[in-house]
Amino acid sequence: MPNTKQLEDFVSQVRRDIVRQVHGVSSGHPGGSLGCAEFFVALYQEVMKRKKGFDMDGKDEDLFFLSNGHISPVFYSVLARSGYFPVEELNTFRKIDSRLQGHPTTHEGLPGIRIASGSLGQGMSVALGAAQAKKLNGDDNLVYSLHGDGELQEGQNWEAILYAAGNNVDNLIATIDLNGQQIDGSTDDVLNMGSVRAKFEAFGWDVLDIEKGNDIEAIIAGLNEAKSRTGKGKPVCILLHTIMGHGVDFMMDGHAWHGKAPNDEQLEKALAQNSETLGDY
Amino acid sequence: MKKFTNSGNIDTRSGFGAGMDELGKTHENVVALCADLTGSLKLNDFAKNHPERFFQTGIAEANMIGMAAGMTIGGKIPYATSFANFATGRVYDQIRQSVAYSNKNVKICASHAGLTLGEDGATHQILEDLGLMKMLPGMTVINPCDFNQTKAATMAIADYEGPVYLRFGRPSVPNFTEADGKFEIGKALHLVEGSDVTILATGHLVWHALEAAEELEEKGISAEVINIHTIKPLDDEAILNSIKKTRCVVTCEEHNYLGGLGESVSGLLAKNDPVYQEFVATNDTFGESGTPAQLMEKYGLNTKSIVEAVNKVLAKK
Repeated sequence: MPNTKQLEDFVSQVRRDIVRQVHGVSSGHPGGSLGCAEFFVALYQEVMKRKKGFDMDGKDEDLFFLSNGHISPVFYSVLARSGYFPVEELNTFRKIDSRLQGHPTTHEGLPGIRIASGSLGQGMSVALGAAQAKKLNGDDNLVYSLHGDGELQEGQNWEAILYAAGNNVDNLIATIDLNGQQIDGSTDDVLNMGSVRAKFEAFGWDVLDIEKGNDIEAIIAGLNEAKSRTGKGKPVCILLHTIMGHGVDFMMDGHAWHGKAPNDEQLEKALAQNSETLGDY
Repeated sequence: MKKFTNSGNIDTRSGFGAGMDELGKTHENVVALCADLTGSLKLNDFAKNHPERFFQTGIAEANMIGMAAGMTIGGKIPYATSFANFATGRVYDQIRQSVAYSNKNVKICASHAGLTLGEDGATHQILEDLGLMKMLPGMTVINPCDFNQTKAATMAIADYEGPVYLRFGRPSVPNFTEADGKFEIGKALHLVEGSDVTILATGHLVWHALEAAEELEEKGISAEVINIHTIKPLDDEAILNSIKKTRCVVTCEEHNYLGGLGESVSGLLAKNDPVYQEFVATNDTFGESGTPAQLMEKYGLNTKSIVEAVNKVLAKK
């Protein structure tokens, strides 16, 4: 098991990968990617049970589904650095003939991806289906999913949330990236959702908060707590309180960097704040 | 000409239900999902005999499609079912991203397609579903003609890896294809040999095409009737071979002429062997309430319409 310092170093490299990927094609979504860097590293380096290599069915291992597919830069970085495909391939992000499409897809056969996402609100249903298949197969491993908070405005989520509780899908841990930002502004301004916790609880989920959503130790503790709550008849929801753009000071505090690429000067500033720990691609 | 015997009127959706019950016994990975229409989709036997593989999602089709996509991860073969309108148009983006683009082995099975849904009216009578589904890259689109063929198609698609749209209907219609016949995806069936005109029909219109061929024969017109049960991939070879002989075509479908079988045939012929074509299809319109027979008469989708279309295309030839 890596220690905290090693995981933080991993996060630092992932942040560099994120801003470099987005800068390389002057497009993509750095804000949410940066905010979820610690979560992805905790999940793939510490918490999830993973087999060597990749097969689509994912029997006898934990599964992860990214519903808010626009934060592909963090997903690609962590997948590559967890051994699913060569790190050098990050250089092809969003370029022609690449397996690293703007939003994640199975279409080009990129190892580590099990469903296309990008059109929002679909991942919870997919994760539910995969969780039900695991139950049918007698496979007691878990299914994880990640969703944006703004994404919860898509109605399909609530169909899935209703179904999961109504059918006791208790091998599912759905995490909401509660950064409070979306394209047009703060989630409160765009469409005030009130208490997300109260809504999930009203639907019958077991909900826990990770207040320090950019603290690797707090995330690992929260994920382990969530794991301990599975298998008890209720689906589990984590409210992950993150800061959009975390780790790059000028990208924090607001929604400006949701889907904007840094210029050369901004890239240098961002890289100066995150040291190269594992070697740039 | 070869005669076909109706072994008794029965709905195609019951063929689906019978096929599902068989699959329940033979294919342990087949699961069924239903959005509060178990009885309408004739899934009662499957649900009763295989309760652990039957998933009632409630009235939530978007979630049903996503769940079906997820279930393929783990090796299941999900049959996601609803009325054709709610199984396609309502959930187009879910099918596009989570099923077609993700190339998941999901079978979208849709009953109550077309005008023959009848009295419920246009909110439920989708006439655009074949077009919506055939435009999705990688999607196979099947529209069988009777109980026997629907049952056979239901079972055949379980052994095909990839997304499929299977369309069937509500009314009792003649059952005339071979019981327990083999269903080959993409292989058109020559029902009647003829030399003057090619009639390409799909779904409920196949029986009407056979009736039309009989009427035409009495008038000395030799019609070739081909059952195009698979709209995509289209059996190009069978169609082009027939056209080579007859030099004109009538396409017949319970669907809008935009986006349907006729349009696929037009595209094929334009590229390879242009000939005159008439469309027995709805003409860019919604349906309405009425009995199936009244609607098929009003919108020009019956035996009489096919005979008229043949006369029209022959006059141009």
